[in-house]
Amino acid sequence: MKITLPLALAGIMTTGWAIQAHAEGYITLASTTSTENSGLFDTILPLFEQATDIEVRVVAVGTGQAFEIARRGDADSLLVHDTAGEKAFVENGYATERADVMVNDFVLIGPASDPAGIADAQSAAEAFADIAEAELPFASRGDDSGTHRAELRLWENADVTPEGDWYRELGSGMGPALNTAAAMDAYVMSDRATWVAFENPQNLTLLFEGDDVLFNQYGSLLLSEARHPHLKHDLAKQWHQWLLSEDGQQAIANFEVGGQQLFFPNAQ
Amino acid sequence: MTSLSIPDAHTIPDAQVASYQAANLSFDAVSFYHQGKTLFGPCSFTLTGAGPTLVMGPNGAGKSLLLRLAHGLLSPTQGRVSWSPARPRQAMVFQQPVLLRRSAISNLTHALAVNKTPRKARKPLAEAALARFGLIACTDTPARVLSGGEQQRLALARAWVLEPEVLFLDEPTSALDPAAIKAVEAAVHAFQRQGTRIVMTTHDVHQAKRLASDVLFVAGGHVREHTPADMFFTAPASKEAQAFLAGELIE
Amino acid sequence: MPQETNVFFVALSLLLSGDAALMSIVALSLKVSLIAVLASAMLGFPLGAAVALWRFPGRGAVVVALNALMGLPPVVAGLCVYLLLSRAGPLGEWGLLFTPTAMVIAQVVLVLPILAALSRQKVEELLGEYREQFVSLGMSRLRMMPTLLWDARFALLTVLLAGFGRASAEVGAVMMVGGNIDGVTRVMTTAIVLETSKGNLPLALGLGIVLLTLVMLINAAAYVIGEMARRRMG
Repeated sequence: MKITLPLALAGIMTTGWAIQAHAEGYITLASTTSTENSGLFDTILPLFEQATDIEVRVVAVGTGQAFEIARRGDADSLLVHDTAGEKAFVENGYATERADVMVNDFVLIGPASDPAGIADAQSAAEAFADIAEAELPFASRGDDSGTHRAELRLWENADVTPEGDWYRELGSGMGPALNTAAAMDAYVMSDRATWVAFENPQNLTLLFEGDDVLFNQYGSLLLSEARHPHLKHDLAKQWHQWLLSEDGQQAIANFEVGGQQLFFPNAQ
Repeated sequence: MTSLSIPDAHTIPDAQVASYQAANLSFDAVSFYHQGKTLFGPCSFTLTGAGPTLVMGPNGAGKSLLLRLAHGLLSPTQGRVSWSPARPRQAMVFQQPVLLRRSAISNLTHALAVNKTPRKARKPLAEAALARFGLIACTDTPARVLSGGEQQRLALARAWVLEPEVLFLDEPTSALDPAAIKAVEAAVHAFQRQGTRIVMTTHDVHQAKRLASDVLFVAGGHVREHTPADMFFTAPASKEAQAFLAGELIE
Repeated sequence: MPQETNVFFVALSLLLSGDAALMSIVALSLKVSLIAVLASAMLGFPLGAAVALWRFPGRGAVVVALNALMGLPPVVAGLCVYLLLSRAGPLGEWGLLFTPTAMVIAQVVLVLPILAALSRQKVEELLGEYREQFVSLGMSRLRMMPTLLWDARFALLTVLLAGFGRASAEVGAVMMVGGNIDGVTRVMTTAIVLETSKGNLPLALGLGIVLLTLVMLINAAAYVIGEMARRRMG
């Protein structure tokens, strides 16, 4: 055993990580859970890999953590949805270029009985104000993600300071937040992609959608070569350009869940 | 039960036969304390001659302590344990044999490996010792599943392969049946014939009579007398030994 | 509750389907955890034996630290390894973040204290029994180490299983340093988290049952081997 243990270990080591070695080059993309969980990447990444032979490895986290990963130089590319944060990222010198890629929208989800009556609201601001006034449970991501940041802007837009027992900050991703909201019959704001792909709605239903302020812009960033020279900038640039190209934009438009288009390409 | 073969002349290394007389053990005002209590000594004596020396005395008298101090398992709190002219090769067999969780033969090859015996020589030496102690059928048997008598013989075989100049035995037969006791005593004779100096504790007077050349009598943590065996059993000098031999209970 | 009855069907069909993606996830889970446990054993067992054998100043503190580290939250271990391996961290040059190697390192941080602390305990028990014989044989402490580790092998097998259980069950550390990248660093536990967040609870639970089955099979195999050997060795 004393001899066989190291041998076995060496054996396992050398059979190695065969799994990770199937493409010539790869980039690590820090992105958000909404793009990953909806299945968008499963659809468009094979097309990109086919076109360029570059593998894209997606680390799907909240937007705040995605920024942090890119800031530390642990990802080659960044695709997130927080336009203000993205612009600040460029201004602070972490990225050299930011481009609009696509939009989806946020929707307000709640119990089918809709006790706050937000289904009849004329605007998102009114819907948010209704929930706050009725003090009905609202599940907030509370995780500094793009969705969380957008939600906070919408409360501000509705002239409400969200606080009190009814406002529950979960500190979790979109999917877990939906699971929790379903369990406590709470209102929750979700990006449409995650909601449509979500399979555990229980009593929840889509109650409010369509206001312009619920518009959710995704941006792709080229990270700074000066700050992180070790990154695969050439490959990342190909990915960035492909997203903005006709092929990339078409691939995004073609992605559907249940016959419903979730992301609308809008590169200029 | 199994009879022990007597070592043949050619299996005994000459150097070992010659060496045994040289190893004299001296206790010089040795005492041993534990947690502020004196458990042994102070006492002084010197073991010379060919032995076997039997350390006798009632339970709790300090026989085992004496043996452990002599073998170096314990260090004296005061005084000095010394060998002249030099510390001899030693082995010890315990009342409860301490055997490794391995086969019988592996217990012997392990001891040989510790002893830095060349790798190729270990197996033949171990097999020879197993044969000598009537354990050849148990070669690959896990040591822990052997009977009490077999375990003690394996412990003796382990001591045998180490070719000790001095062998300490601490109550090696107290947990055994008569047949096994006989085998152990035969082994003691075999060691003695090979030239190994025997120092053994027992509380069994009859066993001491069968084996002893001289007797160290211990009671109450002190050596009460050290006399040749025939004198000890006929005319013990100390009153503790007289009482012990008369079958009285002494502290 | 229709979902719950579905779960076992989902698990069974997952297992029987031989789905390539699932198989690669299972293979990676086993590979990462086994390597982490074996590497931890090679470091942790000698470390545990050394702490059992030697008396040195601060030994008590080391024992307490090892025992306490057995309860190290995985996510803390993950965060430490993340900061270590991140490009901005001291070992960033190695470029190991978001690779299976990073996951192995994180699991070693979790498993090593368990193996060291428990083997220290087992070896110390055995040493109590063997000490006089060892001293009589004239063995140095260094020489005692391999003998004790080998003779404690059945107890250490159980210790190894405890380590493997910890490694294969944890999610916080591998999620953080592996990134749950599809086909690269996705293992059973991170896949379960992902499916849960998609609200696909039957699939998540099905994966959980697959994981549990694997861990049980490994434990059963080790138990049978250990019992057979133990019975044989007495």
